[in-house]
Amino acid sequence: MNTTRILAIAAAATLAAGVASARDQIRIVGSSTVFPFTTAVAEQFGQATGNPIPVVESTGTGGGMKLFCAGVGAEFPDFTNASRRMKASEFTMCQENGVTDIVEMKVGFDGIVIANAMEGPTFTLTVGQIWTALAANGPKPMMWNEVDPALPATKIEVLGPPPSSGTRDSFEELAMEHGCKMAGGEDCGKTGMEIRQDGVYVESGENDNLIVSKLEANPNALGIFGFSYLDQNADRLKGASVDGEQPTFETIADGTYEISRSLYVYVKKAHVGVIPGMEEFLAEYLSPKASGEDGYLVDKGLIPLPEDAHEKQAEAVSALTPIEASALN
Amino acid sequence: MSTLSAHHGSAAAAGKMRKRHFAQMRLQAYGIAALTLAGLALVALLWSVVGKAALVVTESYITLPVTITPDEVDPANLRAGNWEGLRKDALRDAFPEVTGRTARRALGDLTSGGSGYELRDRVMADPSLIGQTITFPFLASDDVDLYLKGVFGKPEPMAHSGTLTVTVKGDKAELSSTAEDFAVILPAIHARLNADADELRVQAGRQQRGIDVVTEDLAAATEASVKEDLQKRIDAYVAARDQLIARAEALEHSADLQDGLEKLSDADSSMLVRIGTGWVKITEVSANRAHGDILEPLPAAATRGDVPPADWTLLINDSPEITRRVNDAQGAWLQSLEDRGAVERVFNWRFLTSGNSREAELAGIWGAAVGSFWTMLVTFCIAFPIGVLSAVYLEEFAPKNRFTDFIEVNINNLAAVPSIVFGLLGLAVFLNVFGIPRSAPLAGGLVLALMTLPTIIIASRAAIRAVPPSIRDAALGLGASKLQTSFHHVIPLGMPGILTGTIIGMAQALGETAPLIMIGMVAFITGVPGGFTDPATALPVQVYLWSDFPERAFEAKTAAAICVLLLFLVIMNALAVFLRKRFERRW
Repeated sequence: MNTTRILAIAAAATLAAGVASARDQIRIVGSSTVFPFTTAVAEQFGQATGNPIPVVESTGTGGGMKLFCAGVGAEFPDFTNASRRMKASEFTMCQENGVTDIVEMKVGFDGIVIANAMEGPTFTLTVGQIWTALAANGPKPMMWNEVDPALPATKIEVLGPPPSSGTRDSFEELAMEHGCKMAGGEDCGKTGMEIRQDGVYVESGENDNLIVSKLEANPNALGIFGFSYLDQNADRLKGASVDGEQPTFETIADGTYEISRSLYVYVKKAHVGVIPGMEEFLAEYLSPKASGEDGYLVDKGLIPLPEDAHEKQAEAVSALTPIEASALN
Repeated sequence: MSTLSAHHGSAAAAGKMRKRHFAQMRLQAYGIAALTLAGLALVALLWSVVGKAALVVTESYITLPVTITPDEVDPANLRAGNWEGLRKDALRDAFPEVTGRTARRALGDLTSGGSGYELRDRVMADPSLIGQTITFPFLASDDVDLYLKGVFGKPEPMAHSGTLTVTVKGDKAELSSTAEDFAVILPAIHARLNADADELRVQAGRQQRGIDVVTEDLAAATEASVKEDLQKRIDAYVAARDQLIARAEALEHSADLQDGLEKLSDADSSMLVRIGTGWVKITEVSANRAHGDILEPLPAAATRGDVPPADWTLLINDSPEITRRVNDAQGAWLQSLEDRGAVERVFNWRFLTSGNSREAELAGIWGAAVGSFWTMLVTFCIAFPIGVLSAVYLEEFAPKNRFTDFIEVNINNLAAVPSIVFGLLGLAVFLNVFGIPRSAPLAGGLVLALMTLPTIIIASRAAIRAVPPSIRDAALGLGASKLQTSFHHVIPLGMPGILTGTIIGMAQALGETAPLIMIGMVAFITGVPGGFTDPATALPVQVYLWSDFPERAFEAKTAAAICVLLLFLVIMNALAVFLRKRFERRW
């Protein structure tokens, strides 16, 4: 009985102490695509400055925005990762909850690649063909050679991210919307970029490694994921060329490979100076040794901003210039 | 009597008997087959997990001398020292001849970025090291570790008999051998060229199919504008086809040339020539000549005269450079380091003792294990007393009426509710209403306690019900109160069953991921939690998190973490069996 009582008191004391103390650790939420990069920066930042290592949670871009915009205070996160730009509606949500000053930091680029197993057929696609194969409002073919007779005569099977994913948002915007215009679909802005839901496109969760192993098991299937997974699995997968461009580090960096998006981190300015270490964390993220051309994030698969853009960005972010609603259409 | 025995001995009866025996045998066979199948599935599971996890058993170190100069490291502010620079300097000092940005970067990638901080910790512990040169074991980077373990293939020595003549031009070398030593790789190159050509021909064939299909459409079309579009498509197909065929022919032509120099692409096996400490990566090759890049400078003697067969080695790595995370130059440096005795592999304590990290070579499970411990402690402290007391009340005190029946049905239903639902409940109630911190073991423990409660209640009720009524009657008969009867007699006797149920419920909770994701315990946390409210992860969530990292080395880490989790589960279940065996009473 005695030990139980001691345990109970100890538990109560720890609980009280924990809740009462203010937060001295940065909290970051958001996109699973930016997660690997932010975590790497978080760790380096902690090692180099001696600050507690920030807690980074992968909630998806949309989920992160919700948490981030919920309010100002120690119980709300300080940064959110995003694999697309903040939407105007999300900005409004932030404003309504008192999160008025938000600083935007562009981290770098990520290519969205379409790849299949080494032993599968080689695909050379155009965005128009991708749209024709995958559009909900398109002709809905079942075989690739129905899309174009010059494509392999295999079943269309594409494994990709679910709608909650920022990768999916970007893919719809970059490949589907553009492809819709190329292929001459109707109402490309809204319904035209929707992905069909008759089992041809298989939503495979946010776990890209799972897609990689599924592709290995099924050489005829194609998968959609971030470039870093193709980079790390070059012995198992080959990327499909899109509009004549292979997805490589160089083609994504110089923009010739079209399906690439920018990655962002948003900063809650009201927390800067309140939660310790936020400015140093930003400085670490923007430093050339992290997101610069030779930085350690490049080893992790990030495609860096061009040097002058990186410098300009570093200046704007370290001055903590908030974004305007008009900048987000 | 005689009619009966006549009946039993009849052919019909014997036939029925045979049929019954046969049915029994069939059932036995089914049982054995089912068990074998289950066994095989288990073996396959363990094989794949343990096989991958085996890579984590050791870790590699590269031991190098490093001079800790006061201008790199300020004794007043050790943390801000240029530790990363010192780490890279140590490698550059070992290979002073390496120049160029890309090559130096590749060299710097041999050791882990985290080893600079380990050097810092060493110096912080003993500041007198500043100004000295010490030999420090730098942790190898994850890719190098995998390479040393043979994941990316190893350069294998090939038989050769020729004497080598070497001409060095800048950083290129031209080699010629008196025997046809280099021919060993030619069949593979020719095969690759032919395979590439075949692939191009397949693609050209597809373009041809496009031409055929569209030509048919063209014949059927009537409108001028449609015809024009179709003709354009045909032209595009023809152009693409002709281009593909031309490329295929060029490759085939190149494969047919028997004496020319063939270019080695990074999709071919790597061919390396080693002369003493010098390394040449072959880029063009014919049967007895080869051109290549110098990775490590050749000894002066080699360029002055002929190199006899005993003094040089021909190495081939069958996995092409493009598929490896460690390139040939890095492989050559590692080989040189190994020859100097600078590379060693030791048991990987780090995996068991360190927290999470984004660098695969630094990542360990201790943080997650401690997080799991705190979570389980909260779960136990809440679920066990509430569960057992509810069971006692329901079995011993509660009236048997519709209301208690209703409660019983609900408890049974709760035990079958998918665990993610408890996560949603935790998110809505504990986090949003009560404001319990996100990612904390307290929140996780509460959620898992809710999940485990029905299991404990059901198991405890069964255990209490199994205590014979005579025990209760005897206690009551001797004047014990109902409360005394329950707490002094029924619960102690039911304890083995209660504990078994509890441990199995806890083991189930230990392996649970889905509800923890909902309440943020899936966050990236490198530290080891010190209490109930510190941010933490748990073991299964760590597995989930690692399985999504792109780095190859995390594959092995994931498998190893699964092994640790399985081990914990086996231990908990073994404990349950032990307790049951130890305290079980038979009446």
